[in-house]
Amino acid sequence: MRRDVFQAIADPTRRAIIVLIATQAMTPNAIAEHFDTTRQAVSKHLRILTECQLVRQEHQGREIYYQLEVSKMKEIENWLEQFRKLWESRFNQLDSVLLTIKNNKK
Amino acid sequence: MNNNLAFDFSVNKENNTIDVKREFAVELPLVWDAYTKSEILDQWWAPKPWKARTKTMDFREGGRWHYAMVGPEGEEHWSLVNYKSIQTRKNFTGLDAFADAEGNVNKDMPQSTWEINFSDKGQVTLVEICISYDDLSQLETTLQMGFKEGLSKAMEGLDELLASAVKSK
Repeated sequence: MRRDVFQAIADPTRRAIIVLIATQAMTPNAIAEHFDTTRQAVSKHLRILTECQLVRQEHQGREIYYQLEVSKMKEIENWLEQFRKLWESRFNQLDSVLLTIKNNKK
Repeated sequence: MNNNLAFDFSVNKENNTIDVKREFAVELPLVWDAYTKSEILDQWWAPKPWKARTKTMDFREGGRWHYAMVGPEGEEHWSLVNYKSIQTRKNFTGLDAFADAEGNVNKDMPQSTWEINFSDKGQVTLVEICISYDDLSQLETTLQMGFKEGLSKAMEGLDELLASAVKSK
């Protein structure tokens, strides 16, 4: 099943992992060192993030490195930006409507 | 019109809500009316070039607002808001859903719960809107609807975004 990105970032640990690998690709071991959870727990988070296509694996020799899919993160931002803009244009319209009503009352 | 009114938009993924705060430069009763009277809502609720058109409005607990967003080509997208609780000039909550022209709720589409609070800040009125979804994937669907409905046509820089959204599907 294709998970969705919002489910991926609904979890605080997964968000922390995203922040961690935003600047550099890291091995699961290196990532796990930053958390108090078990290696298994971290692996599970990484699997979910991979299924959501938020991170991708890169094999370098015998090591697997995890790296952030920046374009996917952008997608989320874009969606939210749309929503924000919808409200912004609504509110700007409301400003003028309110002003008109106010002036008519005088 | 830029008069430095506070506007704050944040997504809270801990509890699946979108929080919107905005100040308006008029006294509270006017703002309250603008959110609760359909003849005023129709003037601002839809982003241009879309227009909101109310079919029925019954603003009371248990009542509902049934309206269409009407596009430049005359296309209609119907919505329903069911009002749950109302404290006059303080706050109201409602359930927002997609519907058809007859007022039947579209169960396949996400629904969200709205809570809107009004506070008197002297010269300005602060409106706080909290939109909550059962789960944020519904938010994704809602925003995609936004694409489909062309709501976003009214907004800048959109063609690019649309292209990327379509490609990633």
